[in-house]
Amino acid sequence: MPRRDDLETIMLIGSGPIVIGQGCEFDYSGTQACKALREEGYRIVLVNSNPATIMTDPELADRTYIEPITPQAVAKIIARERPDALLPTLGGQTGLNTAVAVADSGVLEEFGVEMIGATREAIHRAEDRTEFKNICLGIGLDVPQSGVAHSMDDARKIVADVGLPVCIRPAYTLGGTGGGFAFNSEEFEEIAARGLEYSPISEILIEESVLGWKEYELEVMRDKADNVVIVCTIENFDPMGVHTGDSITVAPAQTLTDKEYQLMRDASVAIMRAIGVETGGSNVQFGVDPQTGRMIVIEMNPRVSRSSALASKATGFPIAKIAAKLAVGYTLDEISNDITRETPASFEPTIDYCVTKIPRWTFEKFPEADETLTTQMKSVGEAMSIGRTFKESLQKGIRSMEVKRYGLGLDGNDKWLKSKRGQPVGGADDVSGEDTDYPIDKSRLRRKLAIPSQGRMYYVRYAFKMGWSVDDVFDLTKIDRWFLTQMKQLTDFEGELEAVDSVNDASDVLLRQGKQWGYSDIQLATIWNTTPDAIRTARSARGIMPVYKLVDTCAAEFEAYTPYYYSTYETPIRQIADGEISEYVDDEVRISDKKKIVILGGGPNRIGQGIEFDYCCVHAAFAARELGYESVMINSNPETVSTDYDTSDMLFFEPLTLEDVLNICEKLNDAPLGTEGKLHGVIVHFGGQTPLNLARGLEDAGVPIIGTSPESIDLAEDRERFAQVLEELGLQSPPSGTAYTVQEAREIADRVGYPVLVRPSYVLGGRAMEIVSDQQQLDIYMGRAVDASTVGRDHPILVDKFLANAIEVDVDCISEFGARPDGTLSCNARAVVCGVMEHIEQAGIHSGDSACSLPPYSLSDEVVVEIKRQTLALAERLAVRGLMNIQFAVKDGSVYLIEVNPRASRTVPFVSKATGVPWAKLAAKVMAGMSLDELEVHEAPRPKQTSIKESVFPFTKFPGVDVILGPEMRSTGEVMGIDMSFGAAFAKSQMAAGTTLPMSGTVFISVCDADKPHVITIGQQLMALGYDLVATGGTHEVLTGAGVPARHVHKLAEGRPNIVDLITNGEVQLLINTPTRRGPTTDEGKIRASATRHMIPLITTITAGRAAVAGITALLASSRQDGGDPGLAWTVRPLQEYF
Amino acid sequence: MSTHKTCRLALADGMVFTGKAFGAEGSSDGEVVFNTGMTGYQEVLTDPSYAGQIVTMTYPLVGNTGINVEDVESRDRKIQVRGFAIRELSPIVSNFRSRQSLEEYFATEGIMGITGVDTRALTRHIRLTGAVGGVLSTEDVSDDQLVERAKAFGSMAGKDMVKHVTPAEAYDWPDGYVSEFAQGAREHGEKVFDVVAIDCGAKMNILRNLVECGCKVRVVPAAAPPDEILAARPDGVFVSNGPGDPSAVTYTIDTLKGLVGKIPIFGICLGHQMLSLALGAETYKLKFGHRGINQPVRNQATGKVEITSQNHGFAVDDASLAASGAEVTHVNLNDETVEGFTHGDHAVFSVQYHPEASPGPHDATYLFDCFRDMMETGTAPSAEQMHTAQEKLAKA
Repeated sequence: MPRRDDLETIMLIGSGPIVIGQGCEFDYSGTQACKALREEGYRIVLVNSNPATIMTDPELADRTYIEPITPQAVAKIIARERPDALLPTLGGQTGLNTAVAVADSGVLEEFGVEMIGATREAIHRAEDRTEFKNICLGIGLDVPQSGVAHSMDDARKIVADVGLPVCIRPAYTLGGTGGGFAFNSEEFEEIAARGLEYSPISEILIEESVLGWKEYELEVMRDKADNVVIVCTIENFDPMGVHTGDSITVAPAQTLTDKEYQLMRDASVAIMRAIGVETGGSNVQFGVDPQTGRMIVIEMNPRVSRSSALASKATGFPIAKIAAKLAVGYTLDEISNDITRETPASFEPTIDYCVTKIPRWTFEKFPEADETLTTQMKSVGEAMSIGRTFKESLQKGIRSMEVKRYGLGLDGNDKWLKSKRGQPVGGADDVSGEDTDYPIDKSRLRRKLAIPSQGRMYYVRYAFKMGWSVDDVFDLTKIDRWFLTQMKQLTDFEGELEAVDSVNDASDVLLRQGKQWGYSDIQLATIWNTTPDAIRTARSARGIMPVYKLVDTCAAEFEAYTPYYYSTYETPIRQIADGEISEYVDDEVRISDKKKIVILGGGPNRIGQGIEFDYCCVHAAFAARELGYESVMINSNPETVSTDYDTSDMLFFEPLTLEDVLNICEKLNDAPLGTEGKLHGVIVHFGGQTPLNLARGLEDAGVPIIGTSPESIDLAEDRERFAQVLEELGLQSPPSGTAYTVQEAREIADRVGYPVLVRPSYVLGGRAMEIVSDQQQLDIYMGRAVDASTVGRDHPILVDKFLANAIEVDVDCISEFGARPDGTLSCNARAVVCGVMEHIEQAGIHSGDSACSLPPYSLSDEVVVEIKRQTLALAERLAVRGLMNIQFAVKDGSVYLIEVNPRASRTVPFVSKATGVPWAKLAAKVMAGMSLDELEVHEAPRPKQTSIKESVFPFTKFPGVDVILGPEMRSTGEVMGIDMSFGAAFAKSQMAAGTTLPMSGTVFISVCDADKPHVITIGQQLMALGYDLVATGGTHEVLTGAGVPARHVHKLAEGRPNIVDLITNGEVQLLINTPTRRGPTTDEGKIRASATRHMIPLITTITAGRAAVAGITALLASSRQDGGDPGLAWTVRPLQEYF
Repeated sequence: MSTHKTCRLALADGMVFTGKAFGAEGSSDGEVVFNTGMTGYQEVLTDPSYAGQIVTMTYPLVGNTGINVEDVESRDRKIQVRGFAIRELSPIVSNFRSRQSLEEYFATEGIMGITGVDTRALTRHIRLTGAVGGVLSTEDVSDDQLVERAKAFGSMAGKDMVKHVTPAEAYDWPDGYVSEFAQGAREHGEKVFDVVAIDCGAKMNILRNLVECGCKVRVVPAAAPPDEILAARPDGVFVSNGPGDPSAVTYTIDTLKGLVGKIPIFGICLGHQMLSLALGAETYKLKFGHRGINQPVRNQATGKVEITSQNHGFAVDDASLAASGAEVTHVNLNDETVEGFTHGDHAVFSVQYHPEASPGPHDATYLFDCFRDMMETGTAPSAEQMHTAQEKLAKA
């Protein structure tokens, strides 16, 4: 059955901003789908509010709408574009929910749009808990005993039947938001109530607890001829009870016999058929009782999911691409397998390696959050690793995480080793979740094992170190004994390593086994008291070097053409021919004569380093290819477009550590590093801080770094050297200093004056950054920082004068001042400012958390000109070749330089979308040696429209965390609003971020003293727009004193009804609350938490308040003109029409 | 592992892999082949079709689920392979059904295993050069000597391996699915069909499936003559899978020649090849065969694809098959080789793959129903009818 010719235009819905539970895997799937469908000649209409995606690059679709992903926006787009079909299964839960809402509103029917991939009915059958359960029972499958409640009364009745403990799952929420396990009636009341509130349809499923059971996932694909294949099996390391997104997972399944697996396969196929997912991919989750093998169905996702992305990367089978082709009528046997070319897609991949995925959390940014892992997902990213054994892939996975762990143990943060060597335990930068001394108190260890949280695997090892048995650990963790025994083997093997005094005393067999079991050079160096470099040298001398094997979907049964590699260590093979004996290790890497450009990716997503950097890396790969180089990607993040096998010419799925990257560079250069080989250069500037931190080590080893030199990077990052640069250029920055001790910090603060901004050097995302207003706060901060072992000569604390109420500005620029890869300089070198972004929030709020506007909305032309002048001066002085980002603060017309990063920044994709220029790609070409003239880059276009970037936060996942902004970045993603006016663009950005501004109703205002003078105008404007105002104490006085009528409402301690009652009763539609006191236990914190819980728009800065008023004003004005609903008084327009 | 002796796997073409021995020590030779299944090593080890072969699993981690009582494919419960080469032997067993570790099983059965081998390199080598003779050894002899011994094994072509695995006496097979982890039982009519199964190294799950679809099964040795088989007045004859070169099993081919046209016959794997030979078609040795549980097979009439379990080193030549009057019903999507045929004139059909799965997907179980239908109607099923049977079973 060939492609459908009755369809011409197909609409795709993306997944919007990156949030917990919905990451950049949907950019990967959406991008694959766009490419696959365009290849088939369809006209693609795309909507996605996330500018940091590859899928929203204008060349990927015919019509690219960066608009809010709401049913209203989709309806407007459908009316404008008249698509023939809507494909809802590739944009995550957001895409699916929005498509369902659009279908239910009758819009699809009205415009004759067919839903392809999954029908409205099939989605309902899979997503509705009761319906799903009944279908499973109907086809003879087992499910947990359960009931569905729409009220607390229902819920109590059900729990009386099922019995505690129970698992509570709200319907239609992302990543299981609002769900959890209840062990007692008190917890039950709390979680059930929360779940009912979070579910958009007030529905929760109360289920028999299967805590501690084994958990499996199958990735299934079906075509319209009813051919079904299983792409991948996944076994969770963490048993049932931990959300699969928060579990360490392993592919393929390890502890199922074929008989048990085939029953699971049969069940998955039967479910696909019964639910009626006609074409595409789905994922089915199972629980298995380890004692009896009883298998129950947990749930299915009738769409491409996070696990699909993982399964695609784990097997090489491009699920999203195939799903898109199946949706337009192809059958699996008609689609060829890109990797083998000769075999069709209608087969089941088989793999000959072990894949481990480890989630990446950022609890360090939410210290008040509960770190216990439950059915509600909390991780923000993940790393995947491939090895020939589980032990190897686990240890590679750990060192891919970038949590300062380089394997299961034997590194700088190993408490056992530190204690053995009498070193202090713990560390400020240790985000592995460990915080105790060794040996670990037994009751604490029991708790650490029994209660799942990040870093549990390290405690498994400590337990073995302390002599606990596999059964002891199993009893507490319920982690399958197979996994535990593998970890026990690693722990025991440390004894063999320890028994040797130095690397020179280690036998080849021991060294090779260590590498085969995934030990990093850092671990070996730590145990043998030497440097990683010495281990590398010793290994190299003995020929113990990694080999690269192919991910080929077929376990070598067919030749693979797609160069997708992973490293491993294998035992040499002898070959006897004509009496000659030769020895070799089988390496599959094919090195062409083409010059290569290696791009280092960003590793697992985390707050501060996410999809924006992957976007840049993907563009670098495209650029390298366009220039005729072979593009080589190294990354460990399975969610990304960069790790798609057709993004680059060669893909290495490897940890981004110096050892792993050097190994690859050495192999690819095909000549000793430092000598002319096949490596044209390595780009370290696009993947965020992760690859940038490797720059020095790579350069020292003789790897050619192209673009801005490591020397320039250092010049920009070293505070003291950089201060001299500023002085030389006559640029001003807030007075500051570098402190190594508490006393030094106090002296600097006294000199520059409070408030001061304090932070450790060399961090991304404002980690551990704080604004302190007096010496007492400073002492507390420094006390924490200096105690931590990693603070010292290498990692000082930076103390800056904080500029209160300054306007912050972000600038990205492209420059060719640095040397070309061949060492020559451009003769008429210059730099171009790509975009100037004015932040909505004042300086002091992390730039990654601020909203911003391009072009600036309030800065004078003179200030913008000055900002550009300073930018270009710095680009020249720092000899930047490629991209540079600068943050400025503007106060009273003066421009202060806050920070310079001579690398691609988080804002590059936004600027690209706002200006219509692919800056990252151009920059990569400049880095490769081209000139701006050759690329015809002159001045950045001055767009007529305004583009607003707004940040999206994970606060709903962390109840109890105060939802205010500060110098530490906490947003997970971003959206973009584009329109012809600032107000309309801002209003759209808010809609896209999920906080639709109300067009009428009551606004609660409560601001800190500093903001009180500014609140009057806002109050007057809101009043004029027809809103009712309520305010507490001081703010009320200020407003009424200025003649703005506002109703008084009690603070929490002042009696009832108070503001929280108003929020709970739905009597407030918008809150403007700028913090006086921070923290979840303060009255203010409770008010903000209550607003978040009830999903009422909350604004926490006065500047954002002003922007909101502008947004509301714009929509109301537009509706007065057209006479429609003000909430819908906006238009949609694709990028292709803006440029 | 340190207590394990060093073991080598030498190939006739001069490759020598080094690892550690598990199970028996000494030396063992065979044809070296690879299997790509990620599950099912117990079924592979006990499948008599692997007689005379040293098997390597492409999946590196083996032994995780141990050995259980139910998932044995050989009637004598013995390991059938001549040797087993893997990347990493599991340090423990984790499965609630397991009764024994893989290592204990090999030790008790006196079979040689080698772990620590770069099995991907070995597989790639076999893919490029073809299945090859090999020898496993823990003996203290030179690499050269081992390679010479591997050469001495020769080729599987022309070898009758059936005589080593066929039972000496006929017997009745009473069991259907016994494990609660077998696929679900099927509905079948009241009528019981008497079937004679020619055991050339039959997997037990084939016999279980025959019982499950309503057959009373009498198993006879591979050399049973046609008149003896017909004398029992069965409703149909089944000819099983088995090891080695089909063309060397002249006695069974002759028997089949004597049965074709007289009684409905269904064949699987070696049985399919021998039936083709009996009809006048030819077989040939594949370079490295199909061994795995992910092989896509297409129904030629409907385009329907099933994922199948396979284990064969020889195949039926399609041109000669067509010339013999048979009609190809199924082909392998990877290499377009013949996977099944039916016959317009005689009540005969067969498949190259394994509808009994074990290990592998249950996609092709419907073929047993087709056999039943053929005994009922006396005519072989068309490809369309096979498709209908498959649909019917999927909906049940």
